[in-house]
Amino acid sequence: MPSPTETAPLHLQTDILVIGAGGAGMMAALAAAGQGARVLLVDRALIGRGGATVMAQMTVAVALGSELPDSIAAHFNDTIAAGRGLCDPRLADIVTRDGPAAIEQLDAWHVGWARHPDGRIRQAHAPGHDKARCVYVDFLNTGPAVSKTLRAQLQRHENLITRAGDLMITDLVTADNAALGAVGFALSDGRPVSIAAKATIIATGGLTRLYRRNSASLNMSGDGYALALRAGAKLIDMEFVQFFPIGHLAPRMIGMDPIMWDPFRYKLGGRLLNSEGRAFLADYGESADAGYVTTRDQATFAILKEVEAGRGSPAGGAWLSFRHIPEEELRAAFGPVIERLAANGIDLTQQDIEVAPIAHYHMGGIQVTPGLLTAVDDLFAAGEAIGGSNGANRLSGNAITEALVFGEHTGRAAAARAATRQVRWSDAAAAAALARVAATGPARADIAALVVELQALMADKVGPFRNEAGLREALARIGTMREQIGDTPPGQPGPYDMARIDWFDLRTMLLVAQTVASAALSRTESRGAHQREDFPAMDQDWTVNQVISLHGDELEIVTAPVPVLERAA
Amino acid sequence: MTRPVAILLIERALPGQTPRTERFEVPFDPGQSVLDGVRLIRATADPGLAIRYSCINANACKECMLRVDGKVVYACMRRLEPREMRVQPLANKALIRDLVTEIAPPDERIG
Repeated sequence: MPSPTETAPLHLQTDILVIGAGGAGMMAALAAAGQGARVLLVDRALIGRGGATVMAQMTVAVALGSELPDSIAAHFNDTIAAGRGLCDPRLADIVTRDGPAAIEQLDAWHVGWARHPDGRIRQAHAPGHDKARCVYVDFLNTGPAVSKTLRAQLQRHENLITRAGDLMITDLVTADNAALGAVGFALSDGRPVSIAAKATIIATGGLTRLYRRNSASLNMSGDGYALALRAGAKLIDMEFVQFFPIGHLAPRMIGMDPIMWDPFRYKLGGRLLNSEGRAFLADYGESADAGYVTTRDQATFAILKEVEAGRGSPAGGAWLSFRHIPEEELRAAFGPVIERLAANGIDLTQQDIEVAPIAHYHMGGIQVTPGLLTAVDDLFAAGEAIGGSNGANRLSGNAITEALVFGEHTGRAAAARAATRQVRWSDAAAAAALARVAATGPARADIAALVVELQALMADKVGPFRNEAGLREALARIGTMREQIGDTPPGQPGPYDMARIDWFDLRTMLLVAQTVASAALSRTESRGAHQREDFPAMDQDWTVNQVISLHGDELEIVTAPVPVLERAA
Repeated sequence: MTRPVAILLIERALPGQTPRTERFEVPFDPGQSVLDGVRLIRATADPGLAIRYSCINANACKECMLRVDGKVVYACMRRLEPREMRVQPLANKALIRDLVTEIAPPDERIG
């Protein structure tokens, strides 16, 4: 074996540190550079390759009005309604108001929004919207196109924006409740890294990796939630995990995103059937013949109830059928995707496929002001990493919109803040975090298995349906797993040590899992994405947010009234 | 009935070492990818086995490029088969560890 990495820690300095290079992080970097700030944009994956944005299949919701007359107010109202009373309307107002400008900016950067022959941008009608409002890039290419476009813009600002992939951030550094920067390590050689910044932006996305079946990248372990919580910031609405109802289940496919059936339903409708061939959404108060209109929380509920009643598909989901749609129509709508399905042995004119709910997005996250500032001074957050704008259930299509809009806002806000600050760095404040990434611990063979076990535990006990006994069981096991992994990472700093990376991930995932399960346990009602079998009804008294903070090793959960939007006269 | 297995012969090394080949058997289910096989090995046998991937199944991140039976493929796109398959890192990129190579653009690396 080679000797441990003996290189001294690498210390970097910047005006603005952006953690996470998905849609929100890249947009934040561009906006901050636009104000003249120097930016260091880091990601544990490669820049613009990990995260959720790159995996978006289709819809980006925005009141452009290019299909039918539309208004900011209509989009705002749909967003608030989807959130089941818990949206922070100040944040939803920002997303819906500034959405059109963000989409036009991407258009000017040649993202390639699908257009009508007359040049109008096409908009699809997604569930929960009152009209066609979602722009997209064909075919199933919205995320890759947005990511590629933002990466190209980053390269045009190389004088101000430094990009660093393969860099894992493990802790923020704070003093006097202000963020001074961060500590982490380089994946390629294990070398400890410290970064001093005048302002720090968390744009690490959500927590879908906590679940066995999920639709997002490996790096979505809830990193930003743990970083923020440990630094003294607060989390909000952590009990609301969105399950995408019709994630692909069977037959096994390769090279296709599990949420790909969403665009198929937008364009072609399709029929969701139980084992008896019945379009069961009507049994749950939904209009079975009105097209693809059921919101995600309600569809997830209906599918899982059918499975529970013994009317599921063989693999444990529902059937999705496009057999009534002629092949020419399929090809017109999805072109090359039909060939990719054929390569997987799937002919939609001849067979139905099986779908089931899959962890997709997190409504909760870091609590921020309308200025995207956390409870820690000089620490901002953007995109899926923040909570509040989507309440108890996110409207289809709002995720990329909020990534772009909040990214832009937070980049500007952080640049304005940095302009008033000097770099303040404290070796003492960073010492514990630097010692952790430099530490040597006993090798262990169980670390990847523990990740798999946690994912199963969360799916089974803290998934779409919860009850008190299951949540307590989950919390107990989370506690013993935390004892199992201890305080020291296994092995020594070295190149791409995945057991060590998994250890740091588990440290994050166990804390974040605890916040989700704890908030789910204390919310004794059912609302949106949070469904309690022992409290099946919505309770008006629970029209409040839950806010979590960390004191030592103890979580504190308090309720807070839902903020109100005071519109300027 | 004996369940069919896929046998992955994985080339492992740190920079500067002579690569060694390790043999892993994983239960074979039709439709699985080579990446599925490697992830299963990590969870059940050796969490230190290094492979770079991000999107898992969507062919979106383009991070899991390596060689299977000498041919450059994405691990998430190459199907597992119930036979011996030789898995190696990219030959034309600097080795970081095992199946992980330096594929980040030069201007996206620190230090």
